Amino acid sequence: MKSTLLHQARLKQQIWLDMLFRGLTRLSAFGVLALLLAIIASLVIGSMPAIEAFGFHFLVSDEWNPVTDEYGALVPIVGTLVTSGIALLIAIPVSFGIAIFLTELSPRVLRRPLGIAVELLAGIPSIIYGMWGLFVFAPLFADHFEPWINDHIGTLPMLGPFFAGPPMGIGILTAGIILAIMVIPFIASVMRDVFEVVPPMLKESAYGVGATTWEVVMKIVLPFTRIGVVGGIMLGLGRALGETMAVTFVIGNAHELSKSLLMPGNSISSALANEFTEAVGELYTSALIELGLILFFITFVVLSLARLMLHKLGKGEGQTT
Amino acid sequence: MSKLNRLFNSIGLSVALLSAGTAFAGNITGAGATFPYPVYAKWAEAYKNETGVGMNYQSIGSGGGIKQIKAKTVDFGATDAPMNANELGMLGLTQFPTVIGGVVPVINVEGVSPGQLKLSSDTLVDIFMGKITKWNDSKIAADNKGLNLPDQAITVVHRADGSGTTHIFTSYLAAVSTDWMREVGADKAVKWPTGTGGKGNEGVASYVQRIKGAIGYVEYAYALQNKMSYAQLKNRDGHFVSPTAESFKAAAGNAKWKASEGFAEILVNQPGADSWPIAGATFILVYKNQENAATAAEVLKFFDWAYSKGDQMASDLHYVPLPGNVTAMIRKSWKEQITDGHGKAIWK
Repeated sequence: MKSTLLHQARLKQQIWLDMLFRGLTRLSAFGVLALLLAIIASLVIGSMPAIEAFGFHFLVSDEWNPVTDEYGALVPIVGTLVTSGIALLIAIPVSFGIAIFLTELSPRVLRRPLGIAVELLAGIPSIIYGMWGLFVFAPLFADHFEPWINDHIGTLPMLGPFFAGPPMGIGILTAGIILAIMVIPFIASVMRDVFEVVPPMLKESAYGVGATTWEVVMKIVLPFTRIGVVGGIMLGLGRALGETMAVTFVIGNAHELSKSLLMPGNSISSALANEFTEAVGELYTSALIELGLILFFITFVVLSLARLMLHKLGKGEGQTT
Repeated sequence: MSKLNRLFNSIGLSVALLSAGTAFAGNITGAGATFPYPVYAKWAEAYKNETGVGMNYQSIGSGGGIKQIKAKTVDFGATDAPMNANELGMLGLTQFPTVIGGVVPVINVEGVSPGQLKLSSDTLVDIFMGKITKWNDSKIAADNKGLNLPDQAITVVHRADGSGTTHIFTSYLAAVSTDWMREVGADKAVKWPTGTGGKGNEGVASYVQRIKGAIGYVEYAYALQNKMSYAQLKNRDGHFVSPTAESFKAAAGNAKWKASEGFAEILVNQPGADSWPIAGATFILVYKNQENAATAAEVLKFFDWAYSKGDQMASDLHYVPLPGNVTAMIRKSWKEQITDGHGKAIWK
């Protein structure tokens, strides 16, 4: 009798603890949501004066004049998207190569040191990349690569205008390349991790029926891991979109829209980093906050598109092609 | 508590904690402009050794300094661009200068050594307007006979962040050119007609050093420290002058300071045969009506000490101390303008 009472008391206590634990986990989860909403709310409130003053025109205007208090976000938006685009264009194939080499081709002794090297690259603070970009990469790029680009790509009929301009070493293209170096470790290590979880049986079977390594990678490994691969790319893109310091160092920070990738431009995050401290006046500050809101929105759209893509991919699963 | 204090002391946090805590715990606090930070820090250190009163200055930028003094979280604010008499009156603030700095055009042109290139104000404006695009342009060559200027594109480098340096530099361009005044204007950040932006003086300095054919503008101290190639400028009296402590001092001496307007004077295009045309003072902002007279008195004591004993320290860091007649005017303005809660002057 006594023992059952004790048992019941303990059970009650455990139920209570369970509820407490559930409550705590829920609080943490909803805390994140509340924080997110609070950030959006304060960004919207902060950017209200600019939204009221410029409206939709803010998004398509390339004007940025603190003297006359006229602001437009087109230059930083384009800069952010183009630099991130260049970064992914370079980073995805290189990361893919790294991951394939590490999981399929590399001799066993090399795997660990190379893997650790990739992860270490991910741990370098972005300001170091920025300084390296400005002091080491930009001069090299200006002296040896940009003249070549000017002479060989800058003269092509269609592509030409995108690669013409004085060889300064800093500009949109440099920022994109530095960003690529920064996101490669992220994408590569995620790709490697997901490639490693492909069941050996599947690969062995493919090899068994005479598939080449390339066929195994393209037809077995990639389809099996595509969710992880896209996730890794999105992680990299997320970092590229929001990267501040490294970009600020090498992008050239000019509110100017130019066709050429060799010319200086601006990104949302570097405009914020540069101008927020000295922005006096309500409209100036508000325009900068609206830039932040736009970056938030861009990131949201990108993540949503990624989800949508995964969803579409998932639908095709299990069907023979 | 004392144990905790010692711990904080040992890692250098106590200053920040004390200043954030009680109203007056033996420290005064200020925030603002980054340009005078080295000299304020130097003064603070020497002052603390002499009097035991510490001064905690946070160089968060002029805009930040104005925001902080408006929010009354600091005892004084600091700004590079002076606030005008109107704004000061509205906020109940008074303003006074501390040190002077010069802004220097720096160049990276092959075969031109420091001080060799001479630029008139028109030429400088046209370069920053993007109208002169080559170093061997006839307008540049006209002032530089005998100098072998290369057929090289000019890349303009300006500040990407809002800055007092930009305010001084654009004020000069606006003072000498109505076109600049109308099309660009003078402010801490402007819409530059051409060029690329570097973050901070160090950003502009390194861009100019990296980009061949570049021209930019930096604080005098940065030009010296980085051994950059500077240009001579033609001043208002028509003489070509080099940027030196003497030519800045000449500009400061010839300016017409007015205490009633918060000394809001930008030392550009000043008269005088030896005056460097682009210089400016950096300013301190305090409330005229002080609720806490003891702290306010400490703030004034600190700057009084800096005016009388800090000149050498300022010169060592390549700032130009204020002339004696100006500091006398400042002390007089304290007496007249800064009062405690009962309307009594704090500075005697």
